[in-house]
Amino acid sequence: MFPRYFYYVDLALRSFRRNRVLTGLMVVAIALGIGASMTTLTVLYLLSGDPLPGKSETIYAVQLDSHGPEGYRPGEEPDTQLTRFDAETLLRARRADRQAMMSGGNVAIEPKRAGLDPFYADARYTSADFFPMFEVPFAQGAGWSAAEDAGRARIAVISSELNEKLFGGENGVGRTIRLEQSEFRVVGVLGRWRPTPHFYDLNTGSYGEAEQVFVPFSTARELDFSRSGTMNCWSETEGEPEGPNAPCSWIQFWVQLGSRDQASAYRDYLVSYSEQQRKAGRFTRPPNVRLRDVMQWLDARHVVPSDVRLQTWLAFGFLMVCLLNTIGLLLAKFLRRSQEIGVRRALGASRRAVFTQFLVEAGTVGLVGGILGLGLAWLGLWAVRHQPTEYAALAHLDLYMLGATFVLAIASSLLAGLLPAWRACQVTPALQLKSQ
Amino acid sequence: MHILPILSTLRRHRTAATLIVLEIALTCAIVCNAVFLIGERVGRMNQDSGVVENELLRIQLTGIGKDKNPAVLTKEDLAALSAVPGVRKVAQSLQVPFGNSSSNSDISLEKDQLQSNLNASTYFGSENLLQTLGVRLSAGRDFTPDEFLDWDAIQKDSKLKVHSIILSRAVAERLWPGENPLGKSVYMGDDPIRVVGIIERLVRPNNFLAGAGDFELSTVLPIRTPYTVGGNYLLRVDPQRRAEVLTAALAALEKNSPNRIILRKQTFDELRADYFRQDRAMAWLLVSVCAALLIITALGIVGLASFWVQQRTRQIGIRRALGATRRQILRYFQTENFLLATLGIVIGMIMAYGINMLLMEKYELPRLPALFLPLGAVTLWVLGQIAVLGPALRAASVPPAVATRTV
Repeated sequence: MFPRYFYYVDLALRSFRRNRVLTGLMVVAIALGIGASMTTLTVLYLLSGDPLPGKSETIYAVQLDSHGPEGYRPGEEPDTQLTRFDAETLLRARRADRQAMMSGGNVAIEPKRAGLDPFYADARYTSADFFPMFEVPFAQGAGWSAAEDAGRARIAVISSELNEKLFGGENGVGRTIRLEQSEFRVVGVLGRWRPTPHFYDLNTGSYGEAEQVFVPFSTARELDFSRSGTMNCWSETEGEPEGPNAPCSWIQFWVQLGSRDQASAYRDYLVSYSEQQRKAGRFTRPPNVRLRDVMQWLDARHVVPSDVRLQTWLAFGFLMVCLLNTIGLLLAKFLRRSQEIGVRRALGASRRAVFTQFLVEAGTVGLVGGILGLGLAWLGLWAVRHQPTEYAALAHLDLYMLGATFVLAIASSLLAGLLPAWRACQVTPALQLKSQ
Repeated sequence: MHILPILSTLRRHRTAATLIVLEIALTCAIVCNAVFLIGERVGRMNQDSGVVENELLRIQLTGIGKDKNPAVLTKEDLAALSAVPGVRKVAQSLQVPFGNSSSNSDISLEKDQLQSNLNASTYFGSENLLQTLGVRLSAGRDFTPDEFLDWDAIQKDSKLKVHSIILSRAVAERLWPGENPLGKSVYMGDDPIRVVGIIERLVRPNNFLAGAGDFELSTVLPIRTPYTVGGNYLLRVDPQRRAEVLTAALAALEKNSPNRIILRKQTFDELRADYFRQDRAMAWLLVSVCAALLIITALGIVGLASFWVQQRTRQIGIRRALGATRRQILRYFQTENFLLATLGIVIGMIMAYGINMLLMEKYELPRLPALFLPLGAVTLWVLGQIAVLGPALRAASVPPAVATRTV
């Protein structure tokens, strides 16, 4: 059994040697097609990943329609963010297993280490449940409690990078940092954490790094820290769009709900809350709420850049052309050897043997092309990493995609070999021998 | 040239012929759409901003901690910056074209209108903003000093309102097509704001929210912002001295107050390159895919034609022996390729159209202009003829004596 395959491989190699340029062309075409497809597919796969594997279906984004009467169109998607009033009310109501309100921001940090200039860092102003709800890993210390939210505690959680920068990698817990000219006590240092996509706040970039500093929302407001992201206001703000009653949406609100039943109960609660707010005169529109889990949310927000999808389609179109090219060339090549096939068949080789022989030849082309294609995909991802996009650093082949590349390479080359090998084994020996 | 014998030969090589036709068709369809997409991207990258880009520098900074009265430092900054040699005009601005971060407002023609007429970006900053940006005022006038209000004053006293506005021509045309907009009023809140001037063109800081035609919807309001709002200082300078002026300007700002962090310092050329880098990368990617597709298809034609020539060597020899000229043999293979290419192009055009329909639906792209079809056809015809020339010449040089040999 096996010696015969070796014999076929040997035959294939001999045939390649006879047509070096052409074989090279087929290998390069397959390699280019597979390289391009796998590069784009890997990027697509990375960008459409689940940021909270195993938990994402229990985490929900909350949307309410608190806008004024202007510009109302029934059934329209409500704002993706809440007003501070609504967020603080829902947070106090505690109707979900866990709930957190949050906003992005920037803070100036004045390091105490000599030789380090003041710098700006991305910050997140949030509430206690943020850390357990999103399963944020801690290297040292922990998050904070609801009591500390209420008490506007001057405490902060920092990223491992910031800990490295400020404290040279020593345990920063218990030490103080100076944010916007106020002293904060570090209560926790995060482990490596980069949720991809940056699902909980897409306003500050869909694939950005996680923030470097986390402080209680209440503290950030008390000290009037500057916010970042999108803010939508629909009437007079009286000079304070971040105020507790301002008609502006700028807060992301997330809840954790253990079951589908809990989710539907929470949705009912949001509707009745909207009704109640409308009766009180705060809301002017009919209740219009959304409660989406993480993956639904990412889908609704069209997080994966349309260019990336376009590139994937383009790459597969390219692979198609490369395959058509290879099929055509293999066919021509095999049929040119009709005499050889006729002789082999006349000497007793079965159709099956001829079919196998040519499939092995096609498969060998594919295998070499696939290996080369893997190299090209690796090169392609290297190129993506050097692109000025925020997801650049993520572009790596993982084991899963490596396997997928091999499957694609072998499958496409066998597919390319199938038709030519079939036609080759249909050659009638008598006709070939007679025609000479 | 007789086409019938060619067709009958092709019929005997139906599978190989079908494959090459499909390859040509797919290449044609993809290349047509890719070239169209490249055109779209290049068009976007060449968007005229309306400002004197090669003369502008932008410095964005932010303070550490709270500055209780930032207007004072802003005034000092502006004075220090205009004293830097090489600087022609200086302004503070809430936002800048291609700067991404933007402030926008709904604009209505009536008070309390439920559906606004349009949404436009709102520029404001210090008095010299329009002159610094170098936008062309095509009707009316610039703001007078008494029209300006201070940002901080407006924040404290909600009764203070601006009463004049300058619109981009695109906004005016959208609100009052064909009419003279000067003296008319718009609403951004409860009070009317009178149009005093029209600028030819000024693009928004970004077009994320806007459709393709909305990039030029912008307005300017006479509100004086301090450096803490937006944080942009714009410098209009001698284009040759941009680098040295930037260094000197940063030193001047540092001297005014060391308690600040510079977020960005760049020329407008850099700002533009930054804003469109994604489009540029995509355009280059599409160019390389097109090139690769055309090369692969050409090589496929070369390969297949070579095989066919080898296979028919004896046949060619017989034809030559029977009196066919070299030229006729050459023509035979060229015509064969022309027929295959034509069939591929016809199928490719239909596919190109289909792909375009999908793109129109998914990416809100316009329809593929009809001009692309003849262009794509000519490209593939020429490509096919170039590719087949080598094998066809080899066929033409087959001597008639081959006919007398066995194998």
